[in-house]
Amino acid sequence: MPAYRSTVLLCAGGGCISCGCLPVREAMEAELKRRNLADEVRVVQTGCVGSCDLGPVLIVYPDEVFYQKVSPGDVPKLVDEHFLKGRVFERLLVKSAETDNLIATQREFAFFNKQVKIVLENCGVIDPENIEEYVARGGYLALGQVISERTPEWVIEELKKSGLRGRGGAGFPAGTKWDFVRKAPGERKYVVCNADEGDPGAFMDRSVLEGDPHRVLEAMAIAGFAASADQGYIYVRAEYPLAIRRTRRAIQQAREAGFLGRNLFESSFSFDIDIRVGAGAFVCGEETALLASIEGKRGIPRPRPPFPAVSGLWGKPTLINNVETYACIVPIITRGGDWYASIGTEKSKGTKVFALAGKIRNTGLVEVPMGTTLREIVYDIGGGVPNGRKFKAAQTGGPSGGCIPAEHLDIPMDYESLAKVGSIVGSGGLIIMDEDSCMVDVAKFFMEFCTDESCGKCPPCRVGTRQIYGLLDKITKGEARIEDLHLLEELCGMVKESSLCGLGQTAPNPVLSTLRYFRDEYLEHIVDRRCPAKVCPSLIRYSIDEAACTGCSLCARNCPENTIFKVEDQKKYRIDPARCVKCGVCFDVCRFGAVVKS
Amino acid sequence: METCTENVLYQQLDSVMAHYNRSPDALIQVLHQGQELFGYLPDEVLRHIARGLRLPISKVYGVVTFYSFFTTVPRGKHTVMVCLGTACYVKGAERILARLKKELNVDLGQTTRDHLFTLSAARCVGACGLAPVAMIDDDVYGKLTPDKAVKTLKKYR
Repeated sequence: MPAYRSTVLLCAGGGCISCGCLPVREAMEAELKRRNLADEVRVVQTGCVGSCDLGPVLIVYPDEVFYQKVSPGDVPKLVDEHFLKGRVFERLLVKSAETDNLIATQREFAFFNKQVKIVLENCGVIDPENIEEYVARGGYLALGQVISERTPEWVIEELKKSGLRGRGGAGFPAGTKWDFVRKAPGERKYVVCNADEGDPGAFMDRSVLEGDPHRVLEAMAIAGFAASADQGYIYVRAEYPLAIRRTRRAIQQAREAGFLGRNLFESSFSFDIDIRVGAGAFVCGEETALLASIEGKRGIPRPRPPFPAVSGLWGKPTLINNVETYACIVPIITRGGDWYASIGTEKSKGTKVFALAGKIRNTGLVEVPMGTTLREIVYDIGGGVPNGRKFKAAQTGGPSGGCIPAEHLDIPMDYESLAKVGSIVGSGGLIIMDEDSCMVDVAKFFMEFCTDESCGKCPPCRVGTRQIYGLLDKITKGEARIEDLHLLEELCGMVKESSLCGLGQTAPNPVLSTLRYFRDEYLEHIVDRRCPAKVCPSLIRYSIDEAACTGCSLCARNCPENTIFKVEDQKKYRIDPARCVKCGVCFDVCRFGAVVKS
Repeated sequence: METCTENVLYQQLDSVMAHYNRSPDALIQVLHQGQELFGYLPDEVLRHIARGLRLPISKVYGVVTFYSFFTTVPRGKHTVMVCLGTACYVKGAERILARLKKELNVDLGQTTRDHLFTLSAARCVGACGLAPVAMIDDDVYGKLTPDKAVKTLKKYR
């Protein structure tokens, strides 16, 4: 391999690809060739770096210079400045949110330097389509060691020592689960990876499969060794075509290299993995529904026990963990369970990846030790709420989770603390909301999701979620009475207690948690018929402040219903309130702040 | 001509089923391939798959109707999928959907008269950092505004 003086890491995660990073790569390679630098500078296409809103992103090693929002047109100048003149190309650097200073390197950027990367240690660093890069970072060493030097008991012991808990949402201790499957009677056993990352707002599993698929394959093989299974399945949702493609390729490469297949590392242990693609059903993230789906059936959950560890795929003992859980395994094996347990809090060990999105300056994936406070994540890493707005709440755990209000900003993010305030870590989605979000509407949004995704098997979930949605709809339309609020609470409790699976049991959580912290907002909708955040269309009206209106006609031209008309003989416009559908387009397009929401 | 190409498609479908040893467990994977080959899953294709995997047609139909990814009616040449996940919702995905409905003159799940676009919604495409987003076929478009969404459509016309 030739020695390069510099390596350009180009993020090719889903986000950056959609921002056009592939043309940047082409331009970069062409420019390097034109300047006779192709032998000195290498371009590597990596998985997700994490800072999704800054894409396309380039990191130039060895200096770790971080360039953002690079367009193909910037490339000649960038090559000229950085590689020929040897100085940083300032125009493409990130600016610090507080000081306005330029940030040259990844190390100086608060978004990165507050993070501790274990799960994501290879994401954005290696080329996910090249197994050699994974091996060069020590990949498959743990598998080799485990097979040739260790026993299944040793693996499970390390895992128990590490304190790792399942990252899919429920937080069940991984070591205990692995032990159950190992001890379950049965000749044939299976290992399954849940990559049906359905919670809206969570995308770490996608990034791991897109950016470092071999890490998951290696962990599944180790799980196979520990549980004496010889076949694994990865169940990926169909919405992730790139993750499916890269994982398929990784499986092929691992088979060719002898890391998957028969008699691994010349032992008697054989293990292979196949992919199963989901077909767009949220409930399939529930483990028994997922197993039904792998078997080619409707994804409908069944009561537990028996748990999959005893009777899973085709009735055989089955070990199920999600992508992020598997992504923790190799470091635990390599560096030891005690090392892993030294990170995090007393009961929540290790790190957790959060998918930071919503009304926040830096969006993307952040990996922090368990117990890091919400404030650190939102302000230090996320850079705070943009546009001078105020933080209102953070929503964690998607449709099964809850809201954390501003008064709890200093809460440590771990399983126990979040449970105490009525939310969950869940799969790690973290959506930030500002004053422009209506909490009743948020609850309604999640309930609509659950009514739609309920599989229909048990009535509490099928009928209950619909009734709750109906009540929330009444509230947001200003048609509810105070009794409806009591009915709402009663229904939530009933659905929670009597539903068959996790979907129904947790579906009322967003309602209960918003009721707990934002009851006033519910009351305002019901009693005053007012939406304080000015979101619910039935409770707001748009008008034009004639003093501020310049008569530019932009609003009138954009109004989808043609309800904005010119006031006779004047250069002013007015909205016909009777026909206005309250879509808000006029409010968005007005450059003079003349459209008023009230 | 048409029957000839259709025969080829059925042959390809048969080889997909053979690849899975005609195991009934492979139903969902076979349906994926079937939809990819034919563009949608018409009755004849479902019957063919049922025979091939030795499953009752009711079972096949049950699975097809359970999963939102499968469709038994033809789709447009391009599928426009507006993400309605939490991050997109917080950043105004509803408005983008409303604008696209108006622009294409269709409702959710419908196809335009010229069979060019089918408008659909996704629960979350996992590109929350770029919210609000929409996908057109396999390409993700991020940080959309209603105007930008309409402009993006032009590329596909």
